[in-house]
Amino acid sequence: MAQVTIAAPVRRFGETTRSDKWWIQPLVVAAGLGLFVAYSTWAAFQGEYYHSGPYLSPFYSPELFGDSPHAWFGPKPAVWPAWLPWSPAFLILGIPVGFRLTCYYYRGAYYKAFWADPPNCAVGEPRASYLGERSFPLIIQNVHRYFMYLAVVFIGLLAHDAWKGLWFTDSATGVTSFGVGVGSLVLMTNVTLLGGYTFGCHSLRHLVGGLADQLSAAAPLRQSTYDCVSCLNRRHMLWAWMSLVWVGFTDVYVRMCAMGIWTDFRLL
Amino acid sequence: METATFRIWRGNADGGEFKEYSTEITDGMVVLDAVLQIQAAAANDLAVRWNCKAGKCGSCSAEVNGNPRLMCMTRMDTVPTDQPVAIEPMQTFPSIRDLVTDVSWNFTVKQGIPPFTPRPADAPDGTWRMQQRDVNRVQEFRKCIECFLCQDVCHVLRDHRKHDEFIGPRFLVYAAALEMHPLDVADRVEELAEADGIGYCNITKCCTKVCPEEITITDNAIIPLKERVVDRLYDPISKLLRMFR
Ligand code: SF4
Ligand code: SF4
Ligand code: FES
Ligand code: FES
Repeated sequence: MAQVTIAAPVRRFGETTRSDKWWIQPLVVAAGLGLFVAYSTWAAFQGEYYHSGPYLSPFYSPELFGDSPHAWFGPKPAVWPAWLPWSPAFLILGIPVGFRLTCYYYRGAYYKAFWADPPNCAVGEPRASYLGERSFPLIIQNVHRYFMYLAVVFIGLLAHDAWKGLWFTDSATGVTSFGVGVGSLVLMTNVTLLGGYTFGCHSLRHLVGGLADQLSAAAPLRQSTYDCVSCLNRRHMLWAWMSLVWVGFTDVYVRMCAMGIWTDFRLL
Repeated sequence: METATFRIWRGNADGGEFKEYSTEITDGMVVLDAVLQIQAAAANDLAVRWNCKAGKCGSCSAEVNGNPRLMCMTRMDTVPTDQPVAIEPMQTFPSIRDLVTDVSWNFTVKQGIPPFTPRPADAPDGTWRMQQRDVNRVQEFRKCIECFLCQDVCHVLRDHRKHDEFIGPRFLVYAAALEMHPLDVADRVEELAEADGIGYCNITKCCTKVCPEEITITDNAIIPLKERVVDRLYDPISKLLRMFR
C-alpha cells in the first residue's frame, strides 16, 4: 500500500480544534462503567443478602453452590481453599463480565473512555504507538462469540429466575402460590433488557444470517431471525446501558429486601 | 445582517497558520458560501475545492470547528458564531494549499482491492438474477460519495498514520460492498485481515459519526467483516466445520 508523507506533526494529547465539550462523553462513559464495576465487585464479594423470598440476584444466578434455596448442588464445595474468599458469584460472574468486556460496543466505548485511544473523535492521543486489535493482547477480543453462546444460556436461566419470582411460599403454611410483587417486575424487566442486549449482539447477527451473501435462499425463519437481531442491533448501545443499569438495580433491590431495609410490595 | 468571523488555515506542506476574516451571514447560508464570499472579497488566492454544492461530489471536505464536515452541507445556523469559526483542511492527507489536500492515496488503496468478480451469468443472454433482499445491505454502502471524511477522522490514519498498513473505513465499506454482494465470488477475507489491516480498527465509531451519507460504517460494514475474519482465521469451531463441509 502507498506510503503518505504528511508534513504537519501529529497532534498532542488533547489537542484539537473542536470547540464543543468533547471530554464530557468519555467522562460520562468512564464514570458509568467505573461505578458499575465498583458496585458489582463489592456486591460479588458480599456472598450474602443475594436472595429474598422467591427472588435471586442476577449477579448470583445461576447459584451453582451456595446456602440459599436456589443453589443447584448444595453448599460451598469442601475443596474450596479456606484462604480464598468465597462467594457463589465468583463461579459465574466471569461469563457476563467477559461477554460485556468483549462486546463490540463496550470495546469502542472503553478504548475511548479508559485508554484515550482516541479520547474522542478528532482529538489528539497520549501515545504514538498503536497495535489495535490486530495482535496480542487485544486480538483476544475475538473470543466474543463464545461468550455470546454462554450469555444466551444465561438469558434462559434468568428467565427461569423471573418465573420463579412469581411463586411465593407462605412461611406459615408452607403453601406455594402464584403472585406478583414489585420484585417480580424488577426481575422480569431485568431479563427483558438483558435479552434485548444479548439478542442484538453483533456476533449473533453474523451467526444467524450475516455470514450469508444470499439470505433470500435461507429458510423464512432464519430470515426473520436475522431481521429481529438486526433490529435489536441498531440500538445495541441503548440496550447495553439500560441492561447494565437495571441488572445493577436488580441486585440492589434484592439486597435491600434481603437486608430488611426495603419491603417487597405485593401487587397480586 | 449578521457578521461572523472565520479563522481559515492558510498555508501548504511547508507550514501555515490561521488567518481571520469576517463576512456577512444571510439566511440559508452554508459554510462553503461563507468561504467563497471571503475568497471573492478578501482572499482571492484562497484555495478551496468544491464542485456540486449539493453534498454529492465529496470535494468540499474540511474541518469546521475541528469536526470533519462537507462545507456545502453545513448550514451556518448550526455553527455557533459567537466565537470565530475555525476552518482547516483534512489532517490525514498531505496539504496542497489552504483547504485543499492531496487525497490520491485513497485512489491507490482502492486499486489494491480485488474488484467485483461476478459468478458466471445466470441466463443465456448473459444476465444475472438477484433478490432485492440480498442487495439491500450492499446498497447502503453504495451511497458513499468518497468524501474521505471517515478516513480523515479515523485515528488509525489521523493520529497513528498507518496509511501503509490500514485501508481505512472508506475502503472497508468498499470491501464490504463487494464481499457481501450476492453475485461476487472473489474472496477478500484473508487480505482484509493482513494487508488491509482490519484489526487496527478499534470500533470507536468516529467514521460512522462523520459520514455525510449516514452509512452505518462500523456496525454494518466493519464489524460484519471482522466477524468473517474471525470465522476464517481465529474461530477453531468454524475452522473445523469448514473441513467437513
Ligand atoms: S470505527 Fe474503526 S475505522 Fe471507524 S474511525 Fe474508529 S477505528 Fe477508524
Ligand atoms: S463512507 Fe461516508 S464518510 Fe466515508 S467516504 Fe464514503 S460518504 Fe464519505
Ligand atoms: S456485540 Fe455487544 S454483545 Fe456482542
Ligand atoms: S461541493 Fe460537492 S459535496 Fe460539497
